[in-house]
Amino acid sequence: MYKEILRSVDNIGIFPTISFTIFFLFFLGLLIYVLTANKAHVAHMSTMPLEDDETLTNTPSKHQQ
Amino acid sequence: MAIERFSYDNKIVKYFAIATAIWGVVGMLVGLLIASQLFIPALNFDLPYTTFGRLRPLHTNAVIFAFVGNGIFMGVYYSLQRLLKARMFSDALSWIHFWGWQLIIVSAAVTLPLGLTTSKEYAELEWPIDIAIALIWVVFGVNMIGTIIKRRERHMYVAIWFYIATFITVAVLHIVNSFELPVSLFKSYSVYAGVQDALVQWWYGHNAVAFFLTTPYLGLMYYFLPKAANRPVYSYRLSIIHFWALIFIYIWAGPHHLLYTALPSWAQSLGVVFSIMLIAPSWGGMLNGLLTLRGAWDKVRIDPVLKFMVVAVTAYGMATFEGPMLSLKNVNAIGHFTDWIVAHVHVGGLGWNGFLTFGVLYWLIPRMWGTSLFSRKLANIHFWVGTLGILFYALPMYWAGFTQSLMWKEFTAEGFLKYPNFLETVTQLKPLYAMRAFGGLLYLSGVLIMIYNLFKTAKQGVFVANEEAEAPALEARSHSGEHWHRWLERRPVIFTGLSLVAILIGGMIEIIPTYLIKSNIPTISSVKPYTPLELQGRDIYIREGCVGCHSQMIRPFRSETERFGEYSKAGEFVYDHPFLWGSKRTGPDLAREGKKYPDSWHYYHMMSPPLMSPGSLMPAYPWLLEDKLDTSTTKAKIAGMQTLGVPYEEGFADIANINLTAQADSIAAGLNKEGIEVMADKEIIALIAYLQRLGTDIKVKDIQQPESTNK
Repeated sequence: MYKEILRSVDNIGIFPTISFTIFFLFFLGLLIYVLTANKAHVAHMSTMPLEDDETLTNTPSKHQQ
Repeated sequence: MAIERFSYDNKIVKYFAIATAIWGVVGMLVGLLIASQLFIPALNFDLPYTTFGRLRPLHTNAVIFAFVGNGIFMGVYYSLQRLLKARMFSDALSWIHFWGWQLIIVSAAVTLPLGLTTSKEYAELEWPIDIAIALIWVVFGVNMIGTIIKRRERHMYVAIWFYIATFITVAVLHIVNSFELPVSLFKSYSVYAGVQDALVQWWYGHNAVAFFLTTPYLGLMYYFLPKAANRPVYSYRLSIIHFWALIFIYIWAGPHHLLYTALPSWAQSLGVVFSIMLIAPSWGGMLNGLLTLRGAWDKVRIDPVLKFMVVAVTAYGMATFEGPMLSLKNVNAIGHFTDWIVAHVHVGGLGWNGFLTFGVLYWLIPRMWGTSLFSRKLANIHFWVGTLGILFYALPMYWAGFTQSLMWKEFTAEGFLKYPNFLETVTQLKPLYAMRAFGGLLYLSGVLIMIYNLFKTAKQGVFVANEEAEAPALEARSHSGEHWHRWLERRPVIFTGLSLVAILIGGMIEIIPTYLIKSNIPTISSVKPYTPLELQGRDIYIREGCVGCHSQMIRPFRSETERFGEYSKAGEFVYDHPFLWGSKRTGPDLAREGKKYPDSWHYYHMMSPPLMSPGSLMPAYPWLLEDKLDTSTTKAKIAGMQTLGVPYEEGFADIANINLTAQADSIAAGLNKEGIEVMADKEIIALIAYLQRLGTDIKVKDIQQPESTNK
């Protein structure tokens, strides 16, 4: 029944096609980007959580153990 | 390149960590109490403030928004600063965020036991608190985006994308689901009614799980798991796909909470399809987490932090496989309304959220206090006690779910229900409920062990409130010819906008058509608005949290129509602000409760349920028999309903109390005739009026036969 109202919008039929196309292209682009991404960049990104330790000035260590 | 010196704010992380631990204990204690009430009803204490109906939302709100909420902020405030090589944007905003959030939690802990509730699951808090939540959430968002803008690291690590998506989506969900019309300081009506209210609520409810319990914790996983394992994430490329696929698909899956209900079937099918698709990104993320440990499994044997994280990610994998399976209509027909769902959410809650939080705490506290963990042995004990707790919790609940569902659906050779008395299917579960409570007790004991261990750890170290750091300032660079996604990773505001677009599309396509059909919904001419007395009774039903155990949604199965009556139609709920379909049947469905029993039955039943149903687990409601109904609100309530489009006659609000008194007098007179001494102005009269109205608008006379045994 909601179709009755949606039908009154001009050219409604093209909306789903447009949204599908947009998302298909987005994910296709994403996939292509991911597969072709620069190795050095990926390596840099993936080591980011581990990097911050290097910039730290050491925290007090007299209590270790 | 100039090196800048700055410091990380650890104090705010410390405060959020402490809040996480405290609220975790509170939320789990309430959980343990309500779990125990299900096999020892005396633990409801015959007090309004301690009944299951009022405490159950306190438990869910406490563990979701207080325990996990503070856990999110703890992890975000720690990792965001380090990933961006910048202190938080504003210390003032950090502290407004912290204290504002705690204040909201305290106000929830006060108002929910008082019965101030909207009854919409995980959104029970009344409108003044809703506004406070929105404001504090924006403070968090501004602080986070501000930090991202003044960062010293050019690219945003994937964890930060998850944080941004969390912020933006929770804001949208909270605002849309909280559209409500206040009729007094602590009472409001949802602007949506019936089917629409149900759809918006579960669009919200499901995504509260997705974007409060899942995406922020995935962000934490992508930061803390590599840190704890001291190796980069298995595949950064996979994490990019994981992120975009997850936020795009998740937002559509909400209707799987409403399968076989009166929701239009196209919306149900949409929910099923997207729920199944969710397996892909969810398992992509889980495998990415587990495979990060490849070659480091020897560490898992000795490091409690990694142990907790491995179980957490495994639980995430199990829950995200089970979720799509439960979204299949044939599986949902068995699991819905039973304890299976309770088991499902607790695998996620105890396993994924709980254990990841513990892992992060065991990693963070020694770090921030510049020491090592006080006792690895105690942490290992916590791990095993907690794991056993999850098993003791989940297994009895699965068993209970299957048992009850099978009993509901079993017919005799003659074609009658084998267990026509609903209560039989509940008392059967008592031992399982007891085992579940034992599981909860184990889990909570583990948390207490952890708190002791972390307290001793902090004692032996020195807290570093401001951790010194240095990093080169970000300089302008030309980026001709670089890839669009890298360009995107450098632009947080555009990134935020795109995330918003991705989630809005799903939400709009699902919700807008149900608005459009409002005028076209198959209206049922015999369905009329509630009388003023029934409306007041309905608000008592909401206040006492009856919806926590009683559904009002008869699904179109023979086992349900035989037991409860004609299945529920969308047109029956057009005046229900809010909808009260419920999500769990610890007690029987009440959609067609009206006129099933005499008024006196309800009177005695509310006074003491075992009087009418020996062995009942329901709390007693003696105060309803004593307390006077507050009729000063009637006018505002009727006027509010008129504003929302309920067709009371012009000027009816002014004379509503006359109508109310007349109906109350006639019910009281009927009760008096049966020898019950009761005044017409008591709350029980309004509740009886409401219960006797339920489902009677389209009640078919000849479907009443087998229920006569249902006493």
